[in-house]
Amino acid sequence: MTRFLATRALLLLVGLAVAAILIFFTLRVLPGDVALTIGGTQATPEQIAHIRRSLGLDQPVLVQFGDWVAGLLHGDLGQSLLTGVPVADDIGRALTVTLPLAGLSLVFGLAIGIPLGVVSAVRHRRFSGFAISAAAQAVAAIPIVFIGMLLAVGVGLYLRWLPVQGFPNAGWANPRRAFDSLILPALSIALVEGAVLLRFTRSAALEAMSQDFVRTAAAKGMTRTRALVTHGLPNVILSVVSVLGIQLAALLVGAVLVEVVFQLPGLGKALVDDVGNRDLVKVQGELLVITALILVVGFVVDVVHRLVDPRERQADGDLE
Amino acid sequence: MTPRRTQGPAWLRELRRRPAGIFGSIVIILLVASAVVSSFWTPVDPFYADPFHPWLGPSLAHLLGTDAVGKDIFSYLFLGSRTTLLVAAGSSVVATVVGIALAALGALTGRWLRETIAVIVDILIAFPVLLIAVMLTAVLGPSLVNVVIAVGIGFGVNIARVSRGEIRRVARTDYVLAARAAGVGPWRNLVDHIFPNIAPVFIVQLSLAAGVAILSEAGLSFLGYGADPGTASWGRMLHDLQNYITLYPLTAVWPGVAIGLTVLGFNLFGDALREATDPRLLAGSDGPMDRRSSRRRRKAATP
Repeated sequence: MTRFLATRALLLLVGLAVAAILIFFTLRVLPGDVALTIGGTQATPEQIAHIRRSLGLDQPVLVQFGDWVAGLLHGDLGQSLLTGVPVADDIGRALTVTLPLAGLSLVFGLAIGIPLGVVSAVRHRRFSGFAISAAAQAVAAIPIVFIGMLLAVGVGLYLRWLPVQGFPNAGWANPRRAFDSLILPALSIALVEGAVLLRFTRSAALEAMSQDFVRTAAAKGMTRTRALVTHGLPNVILSVVSVLGIQLAALLVGAVLVEVVFQLPGLGKALVDDVGNRDLVKVQGELLVITALILVVGFVVDVVHRLVDPRERQADGDLE
Repeated sequence: MTPRRTQGPAWLRELRRRPAGIFGSIVIILLVASAVVSSFWTPVDPFYADPFHPWLGPSLAHLLGTDAVGKDIFSYLFLGSRTTLLVAAGSSVVATVVGIALAALGALTGRWLRETIAVIVDILIAFPVLLIAVMLTAVLGPSLVNVVIAVGIGFGVNIARVSRGEIRRVARTDYVLAARAAGVGPWRNLVDHIFPNIAPVFIVQLSLAAGVAILSEAGLSFLGYGADPGTASWGRMLHDLQNYITLYPLTAVWPGVAIGLTVLGFNLFGDALREATDPRLLAGSDGPMDRRSSRRRRKAATP
């Protein structure tokens, strides 16, 4: 276990380093002069030179990278080119929307995916089982923004059950209202991710049903469903846990799109706005925070999977 | 024993037997057909705006009606299929090239380089396609090429990871070992024996990549970072029509349905193909065999 933790933590650190390098150098080295972009078409050469100096762009790229990383280690992501506000503050505020949104989507997604996945596996020879998995296939193919639009119009506007768009200005000062405005966005993400989880659960449950111990339990008089739920379900849950890392990454990306549809002031909306504003310092920070989140979540999921899966514990030692 | 001859027809036959495979094939054929036809002919010029006739209902002149500036929705949707097809095909090709290159490097080179590539692939897999696309947009400005590159890299590493295991499996089979013993070099072995045998795996991944590409294009164009205004695109339609969805809900439904059906088609095609070429049925040590012979063997084994 110690060896596994050490290797996996090393992979996480390498991943974070690679992410920082990729993001920094892609935004700097690819064609396009940051100073020219900020200055716009009307800027005089003197203004451009000034911008370049104030950003430290006259320094060698490696020095700039060093400065950025040194700042990162102190939790300093630099200042917004547009507003001058520290990027870390903006990101911190945005995370108070994005993280609850992601958490809520995960809860909804699991609540949709696992029970329906088990049902569709148990009834895989009947019409209801087929209908559930067919519906999951169909939902997984719909663009998340389209589902969001339909929910906003259908549930928000026509039924008037929940807020159509936006997030209270006061944030979480009024928890009820803040929570309400996250329900539809979370549901949009959860429908798509839940459909994917449903398909994983279904194939894991089908496999569990053909395992000897589930068959034996059924042969000894348990109903197939009971045998699956009491003996097969742990295996099913473990399979779901093993794909959860990838699914959580997909969920965060879904949040980027859904935040735009529902005009939520989260990290994804900020990223999209800042790309539009060419605020490259903020874009850089936001991209790094999102990828860091994904990498850390992947790490945590892997460690948890290792801890709860006895088969993984036995195969201690190597990473694969 | 030549894999290329026995395997091709076998999985095609299997594919035709599955409803999902038939549905997927029909969707892909329809997409290609409408992309080709719309390049030469559309009922109305898709970019011709008639500001005096916005929001016309469906009629013979305008099959799906007109939008806010009086453009014909059907013609625009029809031409949008070309963008979808180009993005899907372009992305899949780039993803396959990236995937095969990484997989081949991993298979052919020494231990250190192989492990390094494996770690890099494992790290890059964590980068979602849409984030790569947004990053490229920040630097290069909005363009559909960003989608193609992003899916190419983001999904290419997926293909590399999947084919890594497959290459290892095939490399251990007797006929590859026999070829090696007979003095066939590693590169030749890869091209002649290994790639033809994992081709179905590649095609499955390709159709999944196409689905991811179409959804990414839709997402990116929705954010305003994909297709430029002069290009008909379903994602752009969603973007343009979202402001009117409360007044004219049907208009925004068409691009949504078109994207959903197309992605569903590619996904079902991939799934059907995966079942049709199930590696567990191809995993015999005497190399690939078609499904029917393995079924016959199983039947013979059970009295």
